[in-house]
Amino acid sequence: MRIGVFICHCGSNIAGTVDCESVVEIAAGFPEVVYATDSMYTCSEPGQEGIITAIHEHNLDGVVVASCSPRMHEPTFRRAVERAGLNRYMFEMANIREHVSWIGKDKAHNTNKAADLVLMAVEKLRRNRPLVAKSFTTVKKVLVIGGGVAGIQAALDCADGGLDVVMVEREQSIGGKMAKLDKTFPTIDCSSCVLGPKMVDIAQHEKISLYACSEVESVSGYVGNFSVTIRRKATYVDWTTCTGCGLCTEKCPSKRSPDPFNEFLGTTTAINIPFPQAIPKKAAINPDTCMKLQKGKCGICAKVCPVGCIDYEQQDELVTVEVGAIVVATGYDLFDWHKYPQYGEGRYPDVITSLQYERLLSASGPTGGHIKRPSDGKEPKNVVFIQCVGSRDRSVDRPYCSGFCCMYTAKQAILTKDHIPDSQSFVFYMDIRAPGKGYDEFTRRAMEEYGAQYVRGRVAMIYPHGDQLIVRGADTLAGTQVEVPADLVVLATGVEASQGAVKLGETLRVVPDQFGFFVESHPKLKPVETNTAGVYLAGACQGPKDIPTSVGQGSAAAAKALGLLSKEQLESDPAVSKVNVNRCVGCQKCIDTCPFGAIKAVTDRMGRLKAEVIETVCQGCGICTVTCPQGAIQLEHFTDNQILAEVNALCPPKMNNVSFE
Amino acid sequence: MAKIAYYPGCSGQSTSVEYDLSTRAVCRELGLELVDLEDWSCCGSTPAHTVNHVLSAALSARNLALTEQLGMDLVTTPCPSCLSNLRTAAHKMEDADFRAKANALLDTPCTKQVTAQSVLQVIMEQVDPELIRAKVVKPLTGLKLACYYGCIMNRPPALMQFDNHEHPMVMDNLMTMLGAEVVPYPLKVECCGASFGVPRVDIVTKLAGKLLDAGRELDVDAFVTACPLCQMNLDMRQGQINSALQEKFRIPVFYYTQLLGYALGIDRKELGLKKLCVNPKPVFNKLKETAQAS
Repeated sequence: MRIGVFICHCGSNIAGTVDCESVVEIAAGFPEVVYATDSMYTCSEPGQEGIITAIHEHNLDGVVVASCSPRMHEPTFRRAVERAGLNRYMFEMANIREHVSWIGKDKAHNTNKAADLVLMAVEKLRRNRPLVAKSFTTVKKVLVIGGGVAGIQAALDCADGGLDVVMVEREQSIGGKMAKLDKTFPTIDCSSCVLGPKMVDIAQHEKISLYACSEVESVSGYVGNFSVTIRRKATYVDWTTCTGCGLCTEKCPSKRSPDPFNEFLGTTTAINIPFPQAIPKKAAINPDTCMKLQKGKCGICAKVCPVGCIDYEQQDELVTVEVGAIVVATGYDLFDWHKYPQYGEGRYPDVITSLQYERLLSASGPTGGHIKRPSDGKEPKNVVFIQCVGSRDRSVDRPYCSGFCCMYTAKQAILTKDHIPDSQSFVFYMDIRAPGKGYDEFTRRAMEEYGAQYVRGRVAMIYPHGDQLIVRGADTLAGTQVEVPADLVVLATGVEASQGAVKLGETLRVVPDQFGFFVESHPKLKPVETNTAGVYLAGACQGPKDIPTSVGQGSAAAAKALGLLSKEQLESDPAVSKVNVNRCVGCQKCIDTCPFGAIKAVTDRMGRLKAEVIETVCQGCGICTVTCPQGAIQLEHFTDNQILAEVNALCPPKMNNVSFE
Repeated sequence: MAKIAYYPGCSGQSTSVEYDLSTRAVCRELGLELVDLEDWSCCGSTPAHTVNHVLSAALSARNLALTEQLGMDLVTTPCPSCLSNLRTAAHKMEDADFRAKANALLDTPCTKQVTAQSVLQVIMEQVDPELIRAKVVKPLTGLKLACYYGCIMNRPPALMQFDNHEHPMVMDNLMTMLGAEVVPYPLKVECCGASFGVPRVDIVTKLAGKLLDAGRELDVDAFVTACPLCQMNLDMRQGQINSALQEKFRIPVFYYTQLLGYALGIDRKELGLKKLCVNPKPVFNKLKETAQAS
């Protein structure tokens, strides 16, 4: 074999703490290395050209690049060696940046370690063999999980791009958090007026099928060919015939059903349509409060329904769909502010969350858009807003900034003045974070034009006094304690990951971070991709996001799905497991252990049981290779011999007479 | 009978002698045997720890060492301020360097882990609530009470490790158990002004005045406290508060042990009711009226 070694300086990233010239000298003496050199930026165009020229001039048949992590540039260099006519698997990468130069300061030690890593790569490359990818067809259909604004945008963009879309929404209607908002910052345009038409588009688009009141139960398969099981929860209403006329909701006698759409500010009927613009506009029965389902008595809705669509016997239903790509847009939940004892832990009805306040402001809300406080229905004059409730606070394990609370608080202060001209708003804040377009100007308007009084400090206590609440806090700019009498207190509750995120992540093989937000493939360059091919992220499931950013991500995820499925065929990674049928004894342990269901049992000509790898399903994790008692399964490109060669390069065996070859 | 080491604290010998008296009577009645620490010393109170943490810890650690010499690992005190010092000392002594410094000041070093708990915690955790209910002979039915815990009884929460630090409930629950109606008093853990009563009485009249005002708004018959300093600021200084704020408060302020003792039928002399500054007679008249009416 004729191997070429290329040591990258990465500017000063590597050369700053590694003597690259010395590594070149050492590498030149490694087995079968016929050429070694260094370059400033190997990934740059001249850098890649250098590799190609060297392959031709020195007749190389294998290349080692020592530079950054393979997660960064392995595809880049594989393409480069391929352009020079080599098989892309005749290439190895030694990570001397993340694993060496960035983590150690001692130049001599770093140089040694870099040389060791290069030797490992050379020893592995000597045992590499050309591999050829297989190709497979894809299903031109996308699953969008979550019908908030991010999911809606992703679904519409995919459908407009020609893909079939299946949207799964847990709640009775799509629209997500945005459907609950009254107005949106910084333009004060009506939230349901902007979102409503998009929701209607979802319902009417011929390429979109919507499963509301449904959840993803399980996912199997792989990029281009996922098989998804959806649980359609019983609504006790036949949605194929329900016209959404609402007669049943008018007549339902069980009027004390909790109303999640109105953030539990009011109550609703046991059979209900959550809000006028709901999509799909279909009724559903809450089985916990329906008298017919609880006690067997009532049945009024069935009697009044003009189309006879009520079905008290309805059961959950499982539906399986085949899709090529998945967009996760499961959104966020609100922080449980009861963790702060100083805000009353729910003892005071006039301490509410910001989302509850949106429902009080909204014309479709429980008060018809008139601000009435929950305790006595009185119109508040002094409204106190408390920011960062569950944001930027390590004591409640929420060290991150929720990002958009400063903006919606300013918006709510403005709207308060609009609704009640003789009102006064007070905002307790830590810092104003308003980095978006037109955002800072907006917060200034709240203060200067709408007279909201901003107090920089935390609130230590809320206590009742007469029919008011006294809000006591620090004014850190004035260096004093302040007490504000409030008729209503609105808590800017922070963002946390959606409750079911971790479980869904396990189903999709998408990793949540320590707070439950899904981790993107690269924080800067792959913001909507995940480490599972074909699964993309949109909106607040990846981290707190406002509406414009969520919509942007929805479109970005759609673009990725469209790009993926625009190819007629996809290439599978040939670095998959392979069974040596001569050694396989048919014990089937590998079948049990494979997390992807990528191994099946077959019988050979002699009628003997053998394992067989389904190459397109295998993800190359290698679990089967360590499970096999016979050593009959080897992972291509990572065979035992290749890995042992790397180990031996690092720790040469002491006994001369023992060979691991 | 459960034996527990008892640390009365300086105020129990002077300004809050009725707290000490009633505590002993109530514990006896509930089957808790208090064993007095012999030759105990002041916990250092506020002056010691404002000047020197080692000295402050040593003063309290001396009393922990005395508990240790009794062969006990739990000491109880009625006073939240003493408790705070005892627990702080025990916590700081967990650090070996600090322990060496503090022990250098003591004749007998403190070596073992001794836990300090309030009498309230001991009663609530070691006495069966059913026993208390069964022993009530004069229920507090008809009495409207505000339970005032003060600012240090449960705080800092990591150190005190008892009840909710923003919204404590144990005294509320105890008084409810005795038959009283307990109002949702919003200023349970507010500061009364504490020892500012000496140098800056205006601070105490302002803060304690607010506490009384909140009680009056809820139409309470009396306050219930567990802290000698809180009780003193609300009770003894009620006249000062009235003249400073042009008010006419006349709200009796009890120690919880006094009302508990009353309900358990303990002789009134043992409860030191005469020591209270605001005359509690209207409260007992009301109780009698209610008892007769039923």
